[in-house]
Amino acid sequence: MIKHLRSAADLDAETATLILDTAGEMAALAGREVKKLPTLRGRTVVNLFYEDSTRTRISFEAAAKRLSADVINFSAKGSSVSKGESLKDTALTLQAMGADAVVIRHPASGAPHRLASWVDGSVINAGDGTHEHPTQALLDAYTMRSRLGTLAGLNVAIVGDVLHSRVARSNVLLLTTLGASITLVGPPTLIPVDIAAALSPATKVSYDLDSVLPGADVVMMLRVQTERMQDSFFPSAREYSRRYGLDVARMRKLPEHAIVMHPGPMNRGMEIAPEVADSTRSTIVEQVANGVSARMAVLYLLLGGKA
Amino acid sequence: MTAYLIKGVRLLGGDPADLLIADGVIAEGPADGAEVIDAEGLVALPGLVDLHTHLREPGREDAETVETGSRAAALGGYTAVFAMANTSPVADTAGVVEQVWRLGREAGLVDVQPIGAVTVGLAGKQLAELGAMATSAANVRIFSDDGFCVADPRLMRRALEYVKAFDGIIAQHAEEPRLTEGAQMHEGEVSTRLGLTGWPAVAEEAIIARDVLLAEHVGSRLHVCHVSTAGSVEVLRQAKARGVRVTAEVTPHHLLLTDELAASYDPVYKVNPPLRTASDVRALRQALVDGVIDIVATDHAPHAVEDKECEWAYARPGMVGLETALPVVLSVLGEQWDLIAERMSRAPARIAGLAGHGTDLTVGSPANLTLVDPSARRVVDPSGLASRSRNTPYAGTTLPGRIVATFLRGEPTVLDGKAVK
Ligand SMILES: [Zn+2]
Repeated sequence: MIKHLRSAADLDAETATLILDTAGEMAALAGREVKKLPTLRGRTVVNLFYEDSTRTRISFEAAAKRLSADVINFSAKGSSVSKGESLKDTALTLQAMGADAVVIRHPASGAPHRLASWVDGSVINAGDGTHEHPTQALLDAYTMRSRLGTLAGLNVAIVGDVLHSRVARSNVLLLTTLGASITLVGPPTLIPVDIAAALSPATKVSYDLDSVLPGADVVMMLRVQTERMQDSFFPSAREYSRRYGLDVARMRKLPEHAIVMHPGPMNRGMEIAPEVADSTRSTIVEQVANGVSARMAVLYLLLGGKA
Repeated sequence: MTAYLIKGVRLLGGDPADLLIADGVIAEGPADGAEVIDAEGLVALPGLVDLHTHLREPGREDAETVETGSRAAALGGYTAVFAMANTSPVADTAGVVEQVWRLGREAGLVDVQPIGAVTVGLAGKQLAELGAMATSAANVRIFSDDGFCVADPRLMRRALEYVKAFDGIIAQHAEEPRLTEGAQMHEGEVSTRLGLTGWPAVAEEAIIARDVLLAEHVGSRLHVCHVSTAGSVEVLRQAKARGVRVTAEVTPHHLLLTDELAASYDPVYKVNPPLRTASDVRALRQALVDGVIDIVATDHAPHAVEDKECEWAYARPGMVGLETALPVVLSVLGEQWDLIAERMSRAPARIAGLAGHGTDLTVGSPANLTLVDPSARRVVDPSGLASRSRNTPYAGTTLPGRIVATFLRGEPTVLDGKAVK
């Protein structure tokens, strides 16, 4: 098993599949009366969050607690971190505390890589800058597999602000490793240069959502921040929504079996219409539940559990 | 003054001969009473001249001082370095440039020539007192806001025109600031993969293109700092072909390293301009050989540990370079000694109008020279550097060539590979 999960690129197909299979076993546990396993009793998992993300933190916390680990939440706000303590100093503190795993969320790309060079425990990237969010990609892949049966050969459209999206980067890497084909869709200003060469040759780019939808098995809508408008990535929210928003009319162009995903939080009415978000095609609520199972699988396997 | 007889040295790699130093100059025999230095297998070069060094004093003496930087320079084979103006306070007045110049004299290891800021506080708003710096004891001829670009085209035009009065030269850090907002590394495949905001090549090329047109229009001298892209080389090639008075430098690290190294997220590789692609490196090497790029300059940028042992985005850009420059250039160019002497000594001295440096080692010339052992191989050990900072990208790397001795006006500053004082 790998030691760290800093990038979806840390996972080969075999390891990724093992994590998804294990997530399935963990999900079965959620249906039981006692939702806890003793597997990580006596182990310490630190949630080191330099950025507010209640959803992700709670998901990791629930995952660690269901495996009976001791959880320490270390938030940058109100701690020594805001008084100028460096990441390295914090790493040395965690090392002294004997952290077995550190789940890190950080506004700087690559912070988990730096952390991994300073601590002995496993480092799990819970989102770093505009780089990656690999456990989100795992829960997305898990969701696709449970809805559609397989990942190999799937056509997945990822739509919106790919440039700033760590979710998109991790999904491209993981899904192509597992045999899916990706089409990135958005205005050219929000699709990074050399994306296919950078991430995976099995990646296509389109600036026209309507032409992509009929061939898509999965449409993953990304959150668009309206600040991007001020920075001239696109002219107006209205124009963005008309060209790249998923409304009911567009949803009808999808094949019968296709699903609609969103990593949340959504801008309803901007990138996704409320009727679409609430439709039976939407997996948005399942994604949240699957997040706990996928993170349990990651913690379990990284910390030496056997499947 | 002690006289030195350097026996069996190969001048610019030529046949072994004896070189006599007396009274600070290259002398003719007899060599009676001279101290003999056995230089079998060593190559003599004119003392190296660096047009782009950050010495950090005044202001960040924890990272480097004029003295520690001078020692690093001497150990790298340099006899003169030009100290960039982005100190604290900024070298934008006669007082600060004279202070740096005086500190250099007191250290006595290399000639330290201050570079003056183009604009007050490097703020890009108002011309600094260029004339006062030129007529100060420091005798400033090169002006640069390095670290920042003189982005305002009208201000750049005025600066280029104004320094004509005293044969000055504007050295530009070419970086269009709006195109590099938030930039962390070269914009391309690797930045996309790493999720680090890109510094596009065009941000450098566009400013160089603008500046060569401005220099041509007003008939002034422009020097382009640390050229890093193949596109910049093409802009320079065309400008030179038209007769524009432009010169350009490349750093040793841009001749050797690529943006792929950022994949480690180790900020030792973070530098401004950023490391570029392998095809840029090829173009820069070719431009250095064919003369489109005139010189190698180190952009020696020492930083304290806490400014580098952190997240990539929070780290300061820059790497130390004085002690590894010649070995890196040797590894890139091979033993083309005359070319190395031209690009690292003669041309930089000529561009700066620095008398007494970059001269051939003929009888009567100032004895500013360095002796290199080309057969030696050295594993770079950061803890062994004379610079006060350790931010070298070559830690653990084996580089060819060892600086055995350096002489400044006939006195050794380095002997047996060790600084004399
Ligand atoms: Zn610069």
